[in-house]
Amino acid sequence: MGNSVLGIDAYREVAPKGTIDFLLRLAERARGRRFLHVNSTRYGGGVAEILTRLVPIMGELGIKADWEVIEGDPEFFATTKAFHNALQGTEQVFTEAMLEHYLEVNRANAERLRPAGDLVLIHDPQPAAMIEARPPEGKWVWRCHIDLSTPQRRAWAFLRRHVLRYNAAVFSLPAFAQQLPLPQFLVYPSIDPLAEKNRRMTKGEIAKILANLQIPDDKPILLQVSRFDRFKDPIGVINAYRLVKRYHDVRLVLAGGGAADDPEGAQVLAEVREAAGRDPDVYVLDLPSNAHLQINALQRSATIVIQKSTREGFGLTVAEAMWKGKPVIGGATGGITVQILYGVTGYTVNSVEGCAYRIRHLLSNPALMRKMGEAGREHVRRNFLVTRHLRDYLSLLVHLTA
Amino acid sequence: MAQPAPFVFFGCIELRELLGLRARDERELLEQLERAPLGSVYYHTHSVFLRHHQVTGAYPNDFANWVAFQVRDQVLGERLAVVDPFAFGSLEALREELVSVIDDHIATLHPVPRVVFGDPFFFVQSHVIEVPTGMEAQSLGEFRQCLAEVDASSIYFHALESRIRRGHPHGDFAEWIDRALGLSPLAEEIARINPYLGGLEEIRLRMLRLLDAVLGREAAAGGE
Repeated sequence: MGNSVLGIDAYREVAPKGTIDFLLRLAERARGRRFLHVNSTRYGGGVAEILTRLVPIMGELGIKADWEVIEGDPEFFATTKAFHNALQGTEQVFTEAMLEHYLEVNRANAERLRPAGDLVLIHDPQPAAMIEARPPEGKWVWRCHIDLSTPQRRAWAFLRRHVLRYNAAVFSLPAFAQQLPLPQFLVYPSIDPLAEKNRRMTKGEIAKILANLQIPDDKPILLQVSRFDRFKDPIGVINAYRLVKRYHDVRLVLAGGGAADDPEGAQVLAEVREAAGRDPDVYVLDLPSNAHLQINALQRSATIVIQKSTREGFGLTVAEAMWKGKPVIGGATGGITVQILYGVTGYTVNSVEGCAYRIRHLLSNPALMRKMGEAGREHVRRNFLVTRHLRDYLSLLVHLTA
Repeated sequence: MAQPAPFVFFGCIELRELLGLRARDERELLEQLERAPLGSVYYHTHSVFLRHHQVTGAYPNDFANWVAFQVRDQVLGERLAVVDPFAFGSLEALREELVSVIDDHIATLHPVPRVVFGDPFFFVQSHVIEVPTGMEAQSLGEFRQCLAEVDASSIYFHALESRIRRGHPHGDFAEWIDRALGLSPLAEEIARINPYLGGLEEIRLRMLRLLDAVLGREAAAGGE
């Protein structure tokens, strides 16, 4: 399914009733205004996925929306990767040469792109220093998609100097924000219900994919979809499964990726495989990053979806699963706590035992699972679809450029 | 006789702003509550209804929810939940009551209950942006029809936001019914609807019942 061909009307059947007309009227208030997004990649990653959808729709709504992507050499992206890690609390080394090169690449991109608009939204740290070349007109907002709650001091001090020059910042969760002397807005991320990862699938499509993955569907499936990362606690999920397995004959599927280009990911994957041992009901799948349809099919086949992270960003896999009508058991961390309505759409848990208990509780109450699945889908429909994201960005445009 | 001015239905959305104030225990909650702008008191007690159109299980008050479920102090949660934000003449008076309840509760507690495993309380305020719905009513019948269909945010905007933050103490609905249609008793009944335990859909339902009763009487009188 092509990403750019879908217009706003395609969302009428998935968004809450009246949403699209509401968006059309809201957009009237900002018609003709220029809204520029700048980030560091056109493909791959949640930000690019959402912009691919949002920018054309904004254009359709009468907003002069544009999306520019900065260019950089491997040295620049190595530095921004280090920034990414440091800002999320992992100690990194920065040399003066690295920081100077970061600024130099930002200057060159500012010169090349000459970003301007009534609202310029700069996504994440990579292009953040382009603010130094801002024209006098227009509002500039820094959109931070990462968790800034415990940054490495030096990295944040360097970036903060640039962030202070913005008119405002946007964070995905209150807990991710930092103290800043400028307005900070809250915008949750979203999922696209029409993308490959979330679109409707026929039973035949799902069965075919499961057959290709060699996963039988003769037992309830517990599923966790996440990178092979210690913070996602895949070993904890296996331990929870073992506690459940004494009482319920289930399968566990751990589906993830990232092991191919991440040495730590490969190590975690090896540990997970070792922990799974020879249990024929545990499936560890290392999928490529574009395995969207496979993930979709797995989520639709699952009986319960788990996201037992001990540390998490927003964790949109929770919303993806709820959109497919599944009850979700998640670690009480990051964005998982705003997505799961405790006891309504699933449960947040704080331990392996808690996770196992809630799995058993749900497996013993099929009617409750159905009810939670339905509630979860409606919760996502109202709060975590791309249409709500569009509404928030339009609100930002209206509010800041009134 | 001149036609009354139509009632124009607006919906609304809110843009949420983080205030950088947070609390990890009940004393900090009290201190930050005293310091926070009134817009934040409003956000955590009134615009909850815009985010959750129906009250489902938990308390319709962020402060009560936080102490009950994050701090796990059920007693203070219950004491805060019973404070009806619509029973106060001003947001300042509401704030004083909330502060007083927390102060009284923690006066005898050592140590003061704090979050151990849960999230801190983050103070937020919101900017409400009005959006025309394209619906307007000239008569009570048209008004009833629009009310039944309009987005719930419109009920929030005209029944709550207008009352608390836009200087219409009885709400837009009651004011229009009184001034434009001259139906004062109906307007008074609508102004008396308290949304605290029912939410926006409950306001809609109760208004529809009141409107149907009046329209039913009018129809019966017309048929005689």
